Amino acid sequence: MNDKRMTADEAVAEVTDGMTIGIGGWGSRRKPMAFIRALVRKGVKDLTVVSYGGPDIGILCATGQLKKAVYGFVSLDSIALEPHFRKARQNATIEAVELDEGMFLLGLRAAAQRLPFLPTRAGLGSDVLKINPHLRTVKSPYGDGEELVAVPASNVDVAFIHMNRADASGNGQALGRDPYFDNLFCMAAKKAFMSCEKIVPTEELVSGGPLQSLLINRMMVSGVVEAPGGAHFTECPPDYARDEKFQREYAATAKDEDAWKAFRAKYLDVSEADYQKAVAS
Amino acid sequence: MSNTEATRADVCALAVAECFRDDGEIMASAMGATPILGARLAKRTFEPDLLMTDGFNLILRRALPLGAKPSDDDIEGWMPFGAVFDTLWWGRRHVMMGASQIDQFGNQNIACIGPWENPKAQLLGVRGAPGNTINHVTSYWVPNHNARALVAKVDMVSGVGYDRAAALGPEGSRFHEIRRVVTNLGVFDFNTPDHRMRLVSLHPGVELQQVIDNTGFELVIPDGVDTTPVPTPEVIGVLRELDPQGYAQKEVVV
Repeated sequence: MNDKRMTADEAVAEVTDGMTIGIGGWGSRRKPMAFIRALVRKGVKDLTVVSYGGPDIGILCATGQLKKAVYGFVSLDSIALEPHFRKARQNATIEAVELDEGMFLLGLRAAAQRLPFLPTRAGLGSDVLKINPHLRTVKSPYGDGEELVAVPASNVDVAFIHMNRADASGNGQALGRDPYFDNLFCMAAKKAFMSCEKIVPTEELVSGGPLQSLLINRMMVSGVVEAPGGAHFTECPPDYARDEKFQREYAATAKDEDAWKAFRAKYLDVSEADYQKAVAS
Repeated sequence: MSNTEATRADVCALAVAECFRDDGEIMASAMGATPILGARLAKRTFEPDLLMTDGFNLILRRALPLGAKPSDDDIEGWMPFGAVFDTLWWGRRHVMMGASQIDQFGNQNIACIGPWENPKAQLLGVRGAPGNTINHVTSYWVPNHNARALVAKVDMVSGVGYDRAAALGPEGSRFHEIRRVVTNLGVFDFNTPDHRMRLVSLHPGVELQQVIDNTGFELVIPDGVDTTPVPTPEVIGVLRELDPQGYAQKEVVV
């Protein structure tokens, strides 16, 4: 079987200016932050980011690399409003496609199924249709004739996800209690990359948790990156909880340009190894 | 805080619980301390069949105190986000959400203040509000009832109100129901001919004029407005047990 091990920097080399990237996890939970940090180091710009948003969107707003965000919410969970995203929205420095959370899921599913759209009742009657003039409705071809929202496929160029465990060929295991939609992100993308806390032999994947935890199979990913602490500062249970203190420090930098510059210099304009060292100290 | 005398927060929690009466075996989802406390009170007392999660992905057999960590013995099922979407599209759910703004027809906004294109304040985003409101029963909780929250027109319709639902016709609106709005001042519903918001009851100690002055639209005020029921000492005991830290007490503006 293919050995797909690589570094995060090798993975993000696939991303070029103007691409659409999909990011797994949810809010400030199991986000592929090592890849986000690699994207910052690479400096790729004009990105469209499709995400159940958390600090992934926030950081790429703060670095000016995000051109357009596609989201249902952007939150740090314990800090309800993502401050860097808020700032970007309020200063109108980014484009936004705001969807109902369920519509967002159907967009991913449509892309994964290679469909142009999937129908739903969600969005009808709300201003989601007004703020997204590209959205269309579709009439049921059956007797009921019901009018539904046709959620367009969220096709993604490159997807990034973070798992607890993986093997070298790209089978991935989510050991937390919510798988989120990382498998769909991979299938909605032309290419997907998975980081994980630890690369283990395949036998250890199978013995390390219930079979249902094997969320990702190797068809779905082009590269595997071992990145211990790769979801930091978001949570990655059962390996670690959210680093609330660090998250508060990050959030506070939205109010203070100097604090942001210092944060960026210390934590983002450095290698992943130096990031992990700085966090540990 | 007294163990026997009802506070305003206790009255609100009981009013929230009453929103879930007769819901039976469906998923009750609540956002905010008072909605969570009220829903758990309902489950603990008169609506034991409600399915409720820990706020994450575990369905819990019993109503635990706010902030308590469930043990394995408390778990009866699994409800990750994927299952939440399936459940809400299925319609077996009653959600109580917050509302940064809500209007006379129950249109709710949690997305932003000011024009969406360039908001004065970016809030949560629409989250699940459009899908929730068009698929199943919804109620709202407003801990600080004032004319900036209860407004003539919301800045961005996240949760769908009755006028918007009616405009969709009978098919589009057939699963839409805004059951009740509970605020720190009173209880409201939409049981009027044109589904405009109606005052159902005032919490003890609240004057009608106070509600009128703090509402940015004209409420339907029926003759003989009731007083919101005050929890019995027994119910107050349950509330103290379910919220030992007093999270709901801190949330309610008195």
